[in-house]
Amino acid sequence: MTLDFIVGLPEIVLLAGACALMLADLYVKDVERRVSYAIAQAVLLVTAAATIFVLLGSGGELVYAFNKLYVADFMAHMLKLTAYGAVSLALVYSRQYLIDRGLMTGEFLTLLLFALLGMMVMMSANSFIAIYLGLELLSLCLYAMVALNRDSAASTEAAMKYFILGALASGMLLYGMSMLYGATGTLTITEVAKQLALLSKDSTQQTFLVFGLVFMVCGLAFKLGVAPFHMWIPDVYHGAPTAVTLVIGTAPKLAAFAMAMRLLVNGLLELAVDWQQMLSILAVLSMAIGNVTAIAQSNLKRMLAYSTIAHMGFMLLGLLSGVVGGNWRNAADAYGAAMFYTIVYVLMSVGSFGMLLLLSHKGFECEKLDDLKGLNRRNPWYAFLLLLIMFSLAGVPPTVGFYAKLMVLSAAVSAGMIWLAVVAVLFSLVGAYYYLRIVKLMYFDEPVIAAPVYVQPLGVRVLMSTNGLALLALGILPQPLMTLCLVAIKGL
Amino acid sequence: MLLSLAIWVPILAGLLALATGGDRNAPLQRQIALAGAIAGFLVTLPLYTGFDLRNPGMQFVEHRAWIPQFNVFYTLGVDGISMLFILLNAFTTVLVVIAGWSVIQQRVAQYMGAFLLMSGLLNGVFCALDGLLFYVFFEATLIPMFVIIGVWGGANRVYAALKFFLYTLFGSLLMLVALLYLYNKSGGSFAIRDWWKLPLPLAAQLWLFFGLLFAFAVKVPMWPVHTWLPDAHVEAPTGGSVVLAAIMLKLGAYGFVRFTLPILPDASRELAWLMIALSLIAVVYIGLVALVQTDMKKLIAYSSISHMGFVTLGFFIFNSYGIEGALIQMISHGFISAAMFLCVGVMYDRMYTRNIADYGGVVNTMPKFAAFMMLFAMANCGLPATSGFVGEFMVIMGTIKVSFWLAFAAATTLVFGAAYTLWMYKRVIFGAIGNEEVAKLKDLNSREFLVLGLLAIAVLFMGIYPLPFTEVMHASVNDLLRHMALPKF
Repeated sequence: MTLDFIVGLPEIVLLAGACALMLADLYVKDVERRVSYAIAQAVLLVTAAATIFVLLGSGGELVYAFNKLYVADFMAHMLKLTAYGAVSLALVYSRQYLIDRGLMTGEFLTLLLFALLGMMVMMSANSFIAIYLGLELLSLCLYAMVALNRDSAASTEAAMKYFILGALASGMLLYGMSMLYGATGTLTITEVAKQLALLSKDSTQQTFLVFGLVFMVCGLAFKLGVAPFHMWIPDVYHGAPTAVTLVIGTAPKLAAFAMAMRLLVNGLLELAVDWQQMLSILAVLSMAIGNVTAIAQSNLKRMLAYSTIAHMGFMLLGLLSGVVGGNWRNAADAYGAAMFYTIVYVLMSVGSFGMLLLLSHKGFECEKLDDLKGLNRRNPWYAFLLLLIMFSLAGVPPTVGFYAKLMVLSAAVSAGMIWLAVVAVLFSLVGAYYYLRIVKLMYFDEPVIAAPVYVQPLGVRVLMSTNGLALLALGILPQPLMTLCLVAIKGL
Repeated sequence: MLLSLAIWVPILAGLLALATGGDRNAPLQRQIALAGAIAGFLVTLPLYTGFDLRNPGMQFVEHRAWIPQFNVFYTLGVDGISMLFILLNAFTTVLVVIAGWSVIQQRVAQYMGAFLLMSGLLNGVFCALDGLLFYVFFEATLIPMFVIIGVWGGANRVYAALKFFLYTLFGSLLMLVALLYLYNKSGGSFAIRDWWKLPLPLAAQLWLFFGLLFAFAVKVPMWPVHTWLPDAHVEAPTGGSVVLAAIMLKLGAYGFVRFTLPILPDASRELAWLMIALSLIAVVYIGLVALVQTDMKKLIAYSSISHMGFVTLGFFIFNSYGIEGALIQMISHGFISAAMFLCVGVMYDRMYTRNIADYGGVVNTMPKFAAFMMLFAMANCGLPATSGFVGEFMVIMGTIKVSFWLAFAAATTLVFGAAYTLWMYKRVIFGAIGNEEVAKLKDLNSREFLVLGLLAIAVLFMGIYPLPFTEVMHASVNDLLRHMALPKF
């Protein structure tokens, strides 16, 4: 029993920290919430230390805890550490933005930490119930954060849409889970896998299982934000304050990826043939709708929202090429590719939304395409960083975005799905257009806004530069991250 | 080590120039760029002097692990086919830096930095022996070129830059799928030299052929995917046009000899008729299109497409005259097209127009310039004793061995080439002084004289004594032909 609590230490630390922050914030009078902000960052740091402690203690081996409700493996640790990084960066980038708009409140910080807790539970879940609880904790925090700017009609509308559709998706997920529970008699994911292997392949059972699977994939697709379950993404990204968009668009993707791995790969690998077909339809639709629709957007946040849809579709290419004709030889490479893609996407997404935050200032939201015009004249360094981010999103070498695409394409080709690789490649060509348009606006056009860019504190600029240059550095030396992803997948 | 230097010296110099900040430091930035370009050229010279003429294989090979998970290696090496392009590229970079010395006054560091970065990346393309490394360099060159055209180009630069980028990206992405297929078929190897030995059924070869064809045909560019080139050329600044014509177009043709011919020999033979047909259309039809252009840069751009038609023709007739002639033509076209674009640049910098109709009688005010341009115009039509003659003559010789009528069609370029080049020359240079602007023109300054003089020496030397260029190719080209004669399935 004590061991269980040690394995779950990161979540416990974060929960205690978040509660402490909630109480401490009551006594903070300062509008800028310096103390609360510092506490939040410190909690993240301590949680990261706890995670590393657990990781070193177990030697990266897989450990179950709490009657197999909870699993701690290398993938969970790695995704959690990435999520802490993303959340911490999100706080740094959005601090000034939130202060300027009077949104830097204890509620924001507390909700952010609780959302992170939800993600961590999802990443470490080994039971349908745990996954569902984590998901709801995350989602409820995010609904509230979207509506944080309560005087804004757009934010409220976005929050309502998000809530209603999110509730629907959770319902579908639960329905699917209940069917699988009915068929297998257990909620523990690893047990479900064992039961499925034992179940005879008679057709009635199979129909029942696939029926449950469809509902589960629908719920999953909603959380990942892939077409045709993507409708909420543009509205929420657009309506939420940019700081919240940054949060929604980054770390939760890691949690959604973890959820997909836990449910589909850990649990339902026996049904791979069925869910791979579903995912391939979702992938093609997402790449098509995301990339084509993004071209028509004049709002940067909406454009990035559609870009997210396209990227998640691309990521699915990795997930769906793991099992070929009952052969799992390809699995580690394919799922490793998907994980690499997700982590890289989060890094790029933090950078792109972070840049929008850095370019905004009091009374000005940088969210229209035209706001980027002539950025090279106003601040060449920011323009260069955003250029790196855009080329990385477009998948042009030598940035790391290229390797992310390469790995999933390679997985698809070695699974024999060359047509899918060609489709993906053609849509990424379409996608290249709107990323290039950003570069065009920054470099080729004359500035509309004459004022120089508001200068952020040195620390923020250093972090932003590191974030942008990391895309280049990882592109020149991608091996370490690839190895980590592969180790994580092999340790499942 | 030499090849790594050839790649990284210009890149580091470019980064250094970029790091020096704004236009306040422009003189320093120019000096850094020039020093970097010259150093980049000097480190490539030992490639020629130390080259073993009898060795058909790769020389100066470097081999290091890069991405072990995908079996990707940082493998560099040159043979007789690729070595000269590295020298040509390094040489062109020096010219481009000098040519942009006083013309570029805004964002000097970014201009010089972009060209130096591109020079290093282009060297990487020519010596990469790993498929993925090749692809990374091949794609990365798009970024600086996109910025160069878009930032320093003419009125319609944005359209041209986007068109250039998307066209070439389309081709390269299909190539990426083809490379991944080869990677899978070869049991997880990206080494180009392993792929040469890989047995492939004809059906797979044909698919791969088309996958690669798009990438290379767009870059060459071959008819009918050539339409990005005139737009890009017209809008690019002079230096951009020079690098584009002299080096970037060669990437596509180089891809044919490095990938298509040795990896897919059977498909190449099977589809040679298609390639020959497309090449001849480029030679004849695009030659006629060039005739009616009113913009000098556009005319030279079309002339480039027509000349590159000769290159692809030479590759796909499968004899040593054809392939060596094509390679010589590539190098010669590197000199001549660079010179022609620089000539247009010289006039544009004085008059800010490229319309043929705005000129006339330039010889009266710029006699030295007129003499240089005469030489380059003659070389462009393939006059004997200039480099333009050697390659075209060899390709026609090679083609005659295959079919008289093909050779006849190809040879019409000598007529059309002379027609459009000399007619343009006549309208621009000769005749009475066209207008007051022309009357006020000043002749070449010493920097322009130096650049054009160097190119004139290169064009004449190569035309009179081509042996130093051809002798390095013999061993590798013969080896390639022997390799291609064996079926792969």
